[in-house]
Amino acid sequence: MNLEVPNKFKGVLKTAYSAAEILLRPISRKYDVGEHTYPKELDILAAALSGANHASGGAIGGATSAREVVVPGAKKVLKNGGNMSNCLNIQGISYGDVGLLLSFPGQGLGNAAIAAVSNDEQLSRFGKMWAAMAITEPNVGSDSAAITATARKEGNNYILNGEKIFVTSGERCDCVVVWATLDKEIGRAAIKSFIVLRSNPGMKLERVEKKLGIRASDTAAFVLTDCVVPASDLLGNPEIDVKKGFGGVMETFDNTRPFVAAMALGCMQAAIERTREILSEKINLKDHKTPINKLKAAQATFYRMEADYEAARLLVLRAAWMADNKIPNSMEASICKAKAGRVGVEITLKCVELCSSLGYSYQELLEKWSRDSKILDIFEGTQQIQQLIIARRMLGKGSSELK
Amino acid sequence: MAVNLASLIGNPKNKNLAKKFTAFNNFLDSSIGQTLGLRKGFVKTLYYGAYGGTKIVSMISGGGGSAKADPARLAAKTPSDFFDLNYTEEQIMVQESIKQYGLKVREAAEKVDEKFEIPQNLWDEYYALELAYFQIPESLGGMMKEKNTVTNMMTVETLAHADLGMALALYTSNSVLNALVRWGSDAQQKSLVPKFLEPKPTKASIALNEPTALFSPYELATTAEKSGNGYTINGLKNMVPLHGIADYFLVIAQTKESGPQAFIVNKGAAGLTITADRGMGLNSAQLGQLKFDNVKVEASALLGEGSGFNYEDYINYSKLGWCALAVGCCQAVLDYVIPYANDRFAFGEPISHRQAVAFIIADIKIEMDSMRILTQRAAAKAEQGMPFAKEAFLAHIMCSDKSMQIGSNGVQLLGGHGYIRDFPVQRWYRDLRAVSIALNGVHI
Repeated sequence: MNLEVPNKFKGVLKTAYSAAEILLRPISRKYDVGEHTYPKELDILAAALSGANHASGGAIGGATSAREVVVPGAKKVLKNGGNMSNCLNIQGISYGDVGLLLSFPGQGLGNAAIAAVSNDEQLSRFGKMWAAMAITEPNVGSDSAAITATARKEGNNYILNGEKIFVTSGERCDCVVVWATLDKEIGRAAIKSFIVLRSNPGMKLERVEKKLGIRASDTAAFVLTDCVVPASDLLGNPEIDVKKGFGGVMETFDNTRPFVAAMALGCMQAAIERTREILSEKINLKDHKTPINKLKAAQATFYRMEADYEAARLLVLRAAWMADNKIPNSMEASICKAKAGRVGVEITLKCVELCSSLGYSYQELLEKWSRDSKILDIFEGTQQIQQLIIARRMLGKGSSELK
Repeated sequence: MAVNLASLIGNPKNKNLAKKFTAFNNFLDSSIGQTLGLRKGFVKTLYYGAYGGTKIVSMISGGGGSAKADPARLAAKTPSDFFDLNYTEEQIMVQESIKQYGLKVREAAEKVDEKFEIPQNLWDEYYALELAYFQIPESLGGMMKEKNTVTNMMTVETLAHADLGMALALYTSNSVLNALVRWGSDAQQKSLVPKFLEPKPTKASIALNEPTALFSPYELATTAEKSGNGYTINGLKNMVPLHGIADYFLVIAQTKESGPQAFIVNKGAAGLTITADRGMGLNSAQLGQLKFDNVKVEASALLGEGSGFNYEDYINYSKLGWCALAVGCCQAVLDYVIPYANDRFAFGEPISHRQAVAFIIADIKIEMDSMRILTQRAAAKAEQGMPFAKEAFLAHIMCSDKSMQIGSNGVQLLGGHGYIRDFPVQRWYRDLRAVSIALNGVHI
């Protein structure tokens, strides 16, 4: 048993943390204040990082392991692979700025979906595009099976109608993976995802949201009105398979929960390190001997934050390690997302408090990290949804019993 | 003297290893084995490599060892550069045999808690597991070459899953053994370690905690002053497991010359008064109070006899021991509340169908996994010879906070039933309160 990060990822870590410190931190406040301004610096950074990502076996947020071929009968050799590398990379970049990470060209959640479920022909057409993902609707959130946007087959096309909100990078992307139902009566089995080009006149950008945090990242709302999409742009199986149900579209999330948890780790790490720098002038934060009840309250608080951070970090690595080794990790992915999401918010807020009015001020980034981290306990499955997934698994209950 | 692994032999995964163990058992049961065992004074070293086949090398000396030899130490594992959460095949096998034993422990737990005494048959079956072999270096008659901190952690966790109080009682002697292997002098090892391999092994305990508020292991009131060739110990220790049945105690006392040190003190030492010290829980561990009134010990009672003892490491290994106890017990809580919440009906459906109930169970899982993974990391670092003070410290904070919360939620989920002593959750509640307090007893 060994829980240390292998040396082979040192390169990934070095690239990510250098980029975070040299390139992202200096522009972090600029794009927090300048919400909706395109961070042009990212084009250069994305080009520079794509080489590093390629070497490490995957792109940020991409589901690298989705296309690996499993050879039947081959001896199973454990490995530390792309999922772990991705988590480390994402944490490193998020340590710089999670809003900017989400704005990286070509690294949308739609790209993860395309990587996971597209066919070769689709991959050749859309693989290089920047793809956003559109699931949420004004009245549909975590209950994504209740989607009301419709897709109607007409000849060789589908006609899409509906309203989509909270589309990350929706304004800046090249295409959007839109979830719509072929038949509302059937439920989740009828929900399919379609790749819609941003240039498609049937999909109109309504607005870009003003948010609590991650302001560097654009969050768009779209209205689809008789939007014509070629039938060949449907992702996955076009048939309605009631038995398999949600399979295709939800698989994306099993892969990406640890990545969102890794974003929370980056925020936490940034806040903890900065708080340590600030507090170290006043209190000793390297005393690992004195019982916690004999310490100053601020010291005790700090060590509790460190313990929670380390636990979240190790739980993320566990989920990634399982994914790398093809061990089903749906529950562990939810556990790491739940832990990292909740302590991410607690820790970044506590860091602001420990640093008093300095922490609250724009003079520091601490207040920003505590705004940024809140979304990480919400998107790609809220805290409560993760708890539901874990509880259903532990208790052996379905969604009709444990609602 | 058979290792209780019969049930495992059927598992093809364990077949090779099981074969080796069978061979090893046969040897121990054979007349040669018995003879060697009887000729204690002449058998300097009994070697056998369970991992490298059934090679048995016995070196029989003419008796009377040299004056100052190096003590036997377990080497640190070569640091791995591979993230891996799997236990080894050997570890899984040890775990399985402890689990089998644990079923009987769980069954007896509440009675033992009421009676303050572990029945002899449970002691005997515990000894049949022969865990000491997984702690003792080959040169002292055990099976180990390398450090085994992860195995020890897993052992304690698995025992605590059966019952925390009994795990403490049972593993306390093994904990003293760990300390002897880690820091004992050559003479101390040769005289004390083999006794853990006898058919009726030594019982020994650890006395560190003192009955004072805001206790810190770095501010001890118990002192050991140099006097003549030895030391004079004064002070008060409590919460000491096995107080009535331990042959000797490892007593931590403050010295002027070299800070806190560990002393081996026999139960019958003049000036030592041992009394029962019943507490909130852990009754099966028979907690007691030790009063030292000018207790004189010889210089040879000092653990390590003046070289190599590392008190900070000592504390950290104890913390990890208590973390492992906490993790095992919290797993027991989780395993218990799941079927309860599914079977208990209220308002026409199982209470597990309510988020208010289900989310508590999800949280138990999330935080228990946090506790376990921090403890595992600290243990794995220690085993590989890396610094682990910070990791042990953080693991102990997490286990202290979350295990009590889990213990409390365990009672809460059962409602009124949780408060009744027919159900185990109230015992776990009482036992888990000790996690953030105690450093006595376990030491992995």
